[in-house]
Amino acid sequence: MTSINDESLSPPARGDTTKGETIHWLAGFSAALRSGAVFILLAALLLGFTAAEPAFANIGNLMSILQAVAVVAILGAGVTVTLAVGGFDLSIGAVAASSVMAASYAMIVWGLDAFAAVPLVLAFGALVGLVNALLIVRLKVPDLLATLSMMFLLSGLQLIPTAGRSISAGLILPDGTTATGAYDPAFLLIGRASLFGVVPVSVVLMTIVAVVLFVLTERTRIGRLLFATGGNEVATRLAGASTARLKVLAYVISGTLASLGGIVIAARVGRGDVSSGGSLLMDAVAAALIGFAVLGKRRPNVLGAIVGAVFVGVLLNGLTMLNAPYYTQDFVKGAVLVGALALTYGLGRNNSC
Amino acid sequence: MPLLQIDALSRSFGPTRALSGATLTIDAGEIVALMGANGAGKSTLVKILSGVLPADNGTITLKQRPYAPRTPAEAAAAGVVTVHQSTDLVGAPGLSVADTLLLTRFAERGQPFFVSRSGIRRQARAILDAAGFDLPLDRDFADLSAADRQLVAIARALANKAELLILDEPTASLSIEESRRLFDILRRLRDGGLAILYISHRTADLEAIADRALVMRGGVIAGAFRRPIDFSAAIETMIGRKLQSARPDIRIAEGAPVFEMRGAQLLPDSTPFDLAIHTGEVVAITGVLGAGKSRLLSAIFGAGRLAAGEMLLNGHAHRPETPAQAIAAGVAMAAEDRHRSSLMPANWPGSSLAATISLPHLAKWYPHGLLFGGREQHEAEKAIARLRIKASGPQAPIASLSGGNQQKVVLARWEAEPSKLLLLDEPFQGVDVGARHDIIQAIRSRTDRATLIATSDPEEAYEVADRILVIDHHSLVQAAHGPSAVSQGIHA
Repeated sequence: MTSINDESLSPPARGDTTKGETIHWLAGFSAALRSGAVFILLAALLLGFTAAEPAFANIGNLMSILQAVAVVAILGAGVTVTLAVGGFDLSIGAVAASSVMAASYAMIVWGLDAFAAVPLVLAFGALVGLVNALLIVRLKVPDLLATLSMMFLLSGLQLIPTAGRSISAGLILPDGTTATGAYDPAFLLIGRASLFGVVPVSVVLMTIVAVVLFVLTERTRIGRLLFATGGNEVATRLAGASTARLKVLAYVISGTLASLGGIVIAARVGRGDVSSGGSLLMDAVAAALIGFAVLGKRRPNVLGAIVGAVFVGVLLNGLTMLNAPYYTQDFVKGAVLVGALALTYGLGRNNSC
Repeated sequence: MPLLQIDALSRSFGPTRALSGATLTIDAGEIVALMGANGAGKSTLVKILSGVLPADNGTITLKQRPYAPRTPAEAAAAGVVTVHQSTDLVGAPGLSVADTLLLTRFAERGQPFFVSRSGIRRQARAILDAAGFDLPLDRDFADLSAADRQLVAIARALANKAELLILDEPTASLSIEESRRLFDILRRLRDGGLAILYISHRTADLEAIADRALVMRGGVIAGAFRRPIDFSAAIETMIGRKLQSARPDIRIAEGAPVFEMRGAQLLPDSTPFDLAIHTGEVVAITGVLGAGKSRLLSAIFGAGRLAAGEMLLNGHAHRPETPAQAIAAGVAMAAEDRHRSSLMPANWPGSSLAATISLPHLAKWYPHGLLFGGREQHEAEKAIARLRIKASGPQAPIASLSGGNQQKVVLARWEAEPSKLLLLDEPFQGVDVGARHDIIQAIRSRTDRATLIATSDPEEAYEVADRILVIDHHSLVQAAHGPSAVSQGIHA
């Protein structure tokens, strides 16, 4: 429950400081420190890694960091939208993985080109989001359970068309014939080309998703209503909004973005690997939750999810350069997440009732 | 010697002084009413006494020993027990009444690890017998009425050997009958030597039960009144100005009604009734808790359904299936319990004063979808001025406002756009006398719409309405024109 007290007038929010009162100045300072903590840490990491390994700071490496986190950031932004409506989409990892398979299947088995395969896969993601929403809104299945079972279903479904095989050119289908299609070179550009030879296309996609979703969630009335649904669904419905439609929108956005993430992976890898996207769900959820700590918001926010993904990416890349073994990666991610949540909920709380 | 003596107690929150030198005493065996407008410092005082907050300065003496509890458990151990306004938190669904009664005991150290059903029942029975209450021990906590939950909380408090019982708005969700039952119990407990600090906005309650009234204002005790308590003087002390008569100038409604119900049945087996409301009229519906007030309003607003019958708005059939359709047709509703039905949680997008007002009107105010242009800011400033809302500005977090001001914001939400019929469900819940006066004036100043108010307090109904209807067993039983008729209707 919220702690709304009639009479214990809470101290001014937004870190207003009263002139001449050291205590309040200090309180304001520590609030500013808290809200900027992730950025300060990020800057410290960048400086520290550059000092330890000057090659860290060259533009190629920085772009490779962004390229590595692009998919997680895109999925994290999608999860953020479902968190805003008070839900949680656990199926994104499986949607991304099965989108890799769907894209590969469409091109290699059906022989479609990029301009047919991409819309098809995005539509697949949207459809999964719609089914999730149907389960949640119509059948009243709790969000976590609905999307968890969808995750299960999809990770099984993606194995069926190829009888469990990974998809690459020359795939032998279950009926014994050999697939004749191949990856469209135009499709591979999504994962492998760079704008002006510097900015990878996937980073451009991530930026577009970030900007569009940031504006949608923070600056439009639809965004206000999405958050209102998550904040107080009864109040939102009584205010005349259709919370069912808003939830459908959130899950469709989340599903579509997950399939976009899948497209980026497929275009980078160039084959449909049955085991792709294993850690995507955890990474994307971690990015969204680390985002709670960004700017001291203590709530889902798109900017935070992107920054959270980048933060983890910088940390992993730097540690790898410093020869940290690969098997420490999950531990590092977990430690960052625990730290961010402690910052969000523990230290971020005002102790004055 | 008094049981409890408080000397020059003060407490600040940042720059706000919630308590600035409050001094009072409470004797054993008396019921002391604590009155005060929202923000006067009542809650802070209670929180200090119950160990939720520490005081900055001042001393408290309980039974001639210094008293400075650091946790609610320490306060309870010293004999000071607080029963809070919302009794949902006393127990949990799935626990029986007996479990709930023993919940604090389960949490104590040194209690046996294994518990038996019969042992729990025996101990719970002993607690109820000691308090003199009759409650079903095996009933699930979730199925208890608000009044019974209150009794469970009190019984549990007494089992902890309370010497000072603090009750915060105990009748807020009780019907008149239930309140009476509670008062009888409280008098009996007082006669047994218990001291009771009774906090309430309702003068009728205090009149019925208080031996003495203390009035808080600006963080100090601004006045003390002995029985017979002069409530006009007490209220004037409380709000710091003369109390103008809020008695309305009755408007006689004429012409075709703006809203009609014909042969309406709220439940399939309830008695059908008719209802007609005219533009400019303020009509109040009163009745005990669960009589069907909220069900009636919900049906008009499209949040519920009529079992049978028809509704007409401006002569056209009115059959809203969702609140959105009702709003589009010109019906607005501020539902009961503003935290549940209207407000966003703190620190969440849309939890500012301005965003609280704009929520239903976003599509109209921002047709292009982007939240630019300051329309909600402008509307909020108008509302702040018109309803005299005390807030630092349109962007003030709604949680930082007192209950009365929050309620004004909720009213402002539905007055921001014109409506034909405004429905208000318990609009005075947790609202102090001063704010209530402002809200009544605001409601009555509008003659361009009809207003239908549901309230369980006939006094409130009489204060605000031109016409009062009584609802009982999900049917309107009579149209009354005066307070006497109302009380007869309720007690029939």
